[in-house]
Amino acid sequence: MSAVQTTSPAPDDTRERGPLAEVLFSLLRSRTFLVGLAIVLFWIPCALFGEHFVPYDPLADDIINALAPPSTEHWFGTDQIGRDVFSRVIVGSRDILTVAPLATLLATVTGTALGLLTGYFRGIVDDVVSRILEAFMAVPGVILALLAIVALGTSTATVVVLIGLSFAPIIARTVRSAVLTERQLDYVAAAELRHERALYTMFVEILPNVIPPILVETTVRLGYAIFAVATLSFLGFGIQPPSPDWGLSISSNYGMISGGFWWTVLFDALAIASLVIGVNLVADGVHGALND
Amino acid sequence: MVFLGGQVLPGNVGRAILGPFADQRAVDTLNHTLGVDRPLLTQYATWVWNFVQGDMGTSYIFRSPVAPFVIDALGNSIKLAAVAFVLVVPIGILSGVVAALNLNRPLDRIISLGGLSVAVLPEFVTGIILVLIFGVWLRWLPISAAWPRDSGFFTQLYYLILPSLPLFLVLFGYIARMARSGMIEALDSDYTRTAVLKGLPWRTVIWRHVLRNALLPTITVIATQTGYLIGGLVVIETLFRYQGIGSLIVTAARGKDFPMLESGTLTIGIVYAVATLSVDFLYSVLNPRIRLGSDQ
Repeated sequence: MSAVQTTSPAPDDTRERGPLAEVLFSLLRSRTFLVGLAIVLFWIPCALFGEHFVPYDPLADDIINALAPPSTEHWFGTDQIGRDVFSRVIVGSRDILTVAPLATLLATVTGTALGLLTGYFRGIVDDVVSRILEAFMAVPGVILALLAIVALGTSTATVVVLIGLSFAPIIARTVRSAVLTERQLDYVAAAELRHERALYTMFVEILPNVIPPILVETTVRLGYAIFAVATLSFLGFGIQPPSPDWGLSISSNYGMISGGFWWTVLFDALAIASLVIGVNLVADGVHGALND
Repeated sequence: MVFLGGQVLPGNVGRAILGPFADQRAVDTLNHTLGVDRPLLTQYATWVWNFVQGDMGTSYIFRSPVAPFVIDALGNSIKLAAVAFVLVVPIGILSGVVAALNLNRPLDRIISLGGLSVAVLPEFVTGIILVLIFGVWLRWLPISAAWPRDSGFFTQLYYLILPSLPLFLVLFGYIARMARSGMIEALDSDYTRTAVLKGLPWRTVIWRHVLRNALLPTITVIATQTGYLIGGLVVIETLFRYQGIGSLIVTAARGKDFPMLESGTLTIGIVYAVATLSVDFLYSVLNPRIRLGSDQ
């Protein structure tokens, strides 16, 4: 990760700022973070309001103008049933930007809870839960996903739960190791001496102190969640038609690229690439800012 | 677990195959023929016993034994994975080593940043872009991995270059990064300093002292990427319409062909376990500390 960090060592006047301001300051000076943020901030309004400002209805077909190459009328050309590719690429950000963050949220909440439990109680709880999580991590993710989706049926909810639960063990592992360190500190012993309930100690005392690693892990996981949603949609097990989703569009159009209709897939591929790289740059910036 | 996922969760197998409008009697008959109306434990025992004997069951869709399909597909997948591995391991390690020897110079930046950016992209995205460049615009390489019947080794290799490239790119980033950080650590260590100070030529220091120690962690990384590679194969084989184990389970999953899906999945699981074990073994052979012990 260190390879792409552009943050320089903090100047001497950091004393005057609080820890939060310091992190924000170093984030804003990180070129990696700013570039990533710019890309992500481009796609968010597209996902929210895209359908109101695109030139065509992304779902409206127009057979007469099917497979038209890019022109001033259709900037990115049209697909096999004449839908405007530019409008579809813009609006196509919506489903992936709904499903991937939801899955990441689920993974973070579940993973944090499991990590706090295993790290705080240690002993038998830790052994049992950790072994189960390791077993899950050992199975290649795609295989697990295919089996579960075939068994449970394809729906957006299935995809969210599936990706969320398969990422949770990874977050749990990170949180657990952070909690193990925190647990040695005096404030935890103090809370225990006051006879605070275990849940209170975990969530009120320890949790705020392990937020930085959770934040880093969450942004990294968001990148992987986008990867996973796009891949599942491409395979036909993720977001379902008639959504103009990128992975789905590529899967329904790539059969024709031998005919030279490159515009039907190139822009969707570039859109996925830009979003994934953007989120990863943000993750890298956050990682750099919190570990300085 | 595979069995539970494939056989128990889908509920009524006969209904799933015949569709929601089929006659209930037809569904019952089919269920009985397939044996899915027997108690679960009986089914499970039969399934395990048959799999161990090489009988993977009968495909619901092709109405013929699953085993030949799975074995053919596995062979094809191994060919594809082998091409990707043969390309990526030397090139990845070499790039990592070169990057570390040029630490923080432009060459290092290019290798690290480039490797990282392509590694985070989904395989089908890099795949599509590569197909467009080399298959559609330049017309250098065939865009499908299905070679003509009875083609020789080199023709097959030619058809496999394009499909193996996306896999190459994903693995390249990880391997180069590990080799780079391993090298940096080894270059920074006391034994390297000792070797330099006792007057050994730089070339000898790199070959005898640095590389040996630097590449051990890289081997572990290559091992952990096997699972990742399997995921990549599923996507790449679908994209290039290649008859491998990945596209086999995708097709089986789409068609709800459970015996095919289960056998494919279990086969992948076995391959994965064998790969992980053999890399553990390789690691112990290459680790000088362990070798020293066995020489005595």
